[in-house]
Amino acid sequence: MNRMLSIAWKEMIQARRDRLTMGMMVGIPIIQLLLFGYAINTDVRNIATVVYDQDHSEESRGFVRRMEATGFYDVVGHVKSYEEIGIALRSRDAMVALVVPPRFGAEVEAGRAAQLQLVVDGSDPQVVASATDTAMSLAAARSSVLTIERLQRLGQPVSAPTQVIALEPATWYNPDLRTAVFIVPGLVGVILTMTLVMFTAMAIARERERGTLEQLIVSPIRSGELTVGKILPYIAVGYLQMTLILVVGSLVFDVPIVGSIPLLYLLSVFFIAASLAVGLFFSTLAKTQQQAMQMSFFFLLPNILLSGFMFPWEAMPAPARWLSTILPLTHYLRVIRGIVLKGASLAELSSELVWLAGLTLVLIIVVSMRFQKKLG
Amino acid sequence: MSDPVVVEGLSRSFGTLVAVSDVSFRVHRGEIFGLLGPNGAGKSTTLRMLCGILDPSAGRATVVGFDVAKEPERVKQNIGYMTQRFSLYEDLSVEENLNFYAGVYGLRRRERRARIPAELERAGLTDRRDQIAGTLSGGWKQRLALVCATIHEPPLLFLDEPTAGVDPVSRREFWAHIHRIASAGTTVIVTTHYMDEAERCHRLAFIFRGSLLDIGTPTEIIKRRNIRVAVITTSNVGRAVDLLTPYPSVDEVAPFGDRLRVATLDAVDPIALAREVLGQSPGVLDAREIVPNVEDAFVAMVHSEARAGAGS
Ligand SMILES: Nc1ncnc2c1ncn2[C@@H]1O[C@H](COP(=O)(O)OP(=O)(O)OP(=O)(O)O)[C@@H](O)[C@H]1O
Ligand SMILES: [Mg+2]
Repeated sequence: MNRMLSIAWKEMIQARRDRLTMGMMVGIPIIQLLLFGYAINTDVRNIATVVYDQDHSEESRGFVRRMEATGFYDVVGHVKSYEEIGIALRSRDAMVALVVPPRFGAEVEAGRAAQLQLVVDGSDPQVVASATDTAMSLAAARSSVLTIERLQRLGQPVSAPTQVIALEPATWYNPDLRTAVFIVPGLVGVILTMTLVMFTAMAIARERERGTLEQLIVSPIRSGELTVGKILPYIAVGYLQMTLILVVGSLVFDVPIVGSIPLLYLLSVFFIAASLAVGLFFSTLAKTQQQAMQMSFFFLLPNILLSGFMFPWEAMPAPARWLSTILPLTHYLRVIRGIVLKGASLAELSSELVWLAGLTLVLIIVVSMRFQKKLG
Repeated sequence: MSDPVVVEGLSRSFGTLVAVSDVSFRVHRGEIFGLLGPNGAGKSTTLRMLCGILDPSAGRATVVGFDVAKEPERVKQNIGYMTQRFSLYEDLSVEENLNFYAGVYGLRRRERRARIPAELERAGLTDRRDQIAGTLSGGWKQRLALVCATIHEPPLLFLDEPTAGVDPVSRREFWAHIHRIASAGTTVIVTTHYMDEAERCHRLAFIFRGSLLDIGTPTEIIKRRNIRVAVITTSNVGRAVDLLTPYPSVDEVAPFGDRLRVATLDAVDPIALAREVLGQSPGVLDAREIVPNVEDAFVAMVHSEARAGAGS
């Protein structure tokens, strides 16, 4: 009994001395709770929507207003062609587009059936259902109102309303709404985040722990040479992992690669660099490999939950979305899903690349300020 | 040519702890200079400041002509440093370790190809070239660490307790090697706890609680303490220690098996004193005066420091 208590007592002292572990013991439950609470919310609201209005009537504007009033759609712009709808969806400026045909208002006025089209980005299957269901019920509700009004105007008895406004949903990209198609490209990003951040975070802590760091910093090597030399092999590791996942994904799960593979490999370097920079940043904080590992796991949590990997980014409240913009994965998911699923072009992904490059730059500056060839 | 190491009033604190306090010394070219001091004296801290990897809190040090605080990178190009824990990559082979350090020190591929086999041969490591460094015994690890620290042929070499955990034979070989390096013109600064090693240095500096107590050749240092030492055989060692210790002129009484080593201050005759104090019982059965060594000088210095500390 005494012996057991001695062990427990020693364990408590050690845990208390290790500030990082203590912090995590308290921090992890709270942060997990917040992250999950924010993330696991699949009723998507404020879906970015563009309108392709070929009619410009009172009726078409009214329909758009009613869509916005539901809170599900957030009209972010107007486009003038199907081509522009494609651009908006691929660059992820919007996930939904409402297409109003010419003479829509006039047809409806005349009591004839008219058809609206709702184009939805199918690359995130969780968004599709919410987006179409709401628009469908809006169309049905408006149809009844119009029918009743017209019949009353004509002095006829109100009978069963006919569907004046029909809504035709069209799913672009991943039309079968297969989850694998959505998950596999995202997995590339998650796995790269996990391995690259952890490997680099541990790389310098390992030298520190084994006492070889002192021998290194006493040499004339420059900090830049040391840090870049450390991460160089992991860039190759990153590409290897990416290739493996994409090959297995397309062979086993039949995930098509719509866009340009060279473009994907070229742009992935932005994300790999950002992940390695995060790892280096952790390695300047961590004294031991264990701490480096803890930090990396801790970092992985918000990446999985908030980046849009599992749960629709659109469904998250604003604070969670702000937080997610500083995670490299959030931006890379848009890049890789954009290229693999939608065939996005360089120009359509430029804002995500600017984010990734910016994050990398900031981290590199912080790392080079923190990493000095000095002891204590 | 000016001295490769010039230290003036060097100090370093960690929070409230003063690890090195106002240390000044010079090391001449081609000299083996020993830093001697007990655990925590500040030896490693001093070396780290001289290597440019730890900033001094006060004072200055010039190493191979460069200020360690202002131009640490210039210093680093001209020194070799073997850390207190041999900093080898335990998962790399002997040759891979050497190759790595040669590369880090900027040796070109061609130079490396010529020098590495030669260095391995010289250190007797050729047969073990493919052995994983982690599986080497202490003595071999130390040899490899030394070769790694000197692969770029630095004019100045810092060795922090290079022989800790190494057997006596290997230590002798190691010191023979250090002397060879020094006679070829390399300056060596070495820290140690071992008094026999201290005596192999050209000059010594005693560091105690961060302060420099004395500096000079081993003979000078011993002479300055003005001590005399005798080995005495007595019938009851424990009793003799109790009787001798309180005498103010007795610096230290240390039992060695059935004999006593008595050190006296101010050139008091240790044998005469022992005969007087021990009388008939336990008595002095046999006595022989010996030449004091660095260890005696060191102990005397620490004791006098402790007395001065208690007095103030
Ligand atoms: N990074 C540090 N942070 C806080 N205190 C330190 C640090 N480095 C050294 N010290 C303290 O400074 C003092 C001198 O340490 P130093 O390592 O220089 O002693 P040393 O003479 O090399 O001892 P040893 O023979 O045990 O190696 C010690 O009290 C030590 O605890
Ligand atoms: Mg030391």
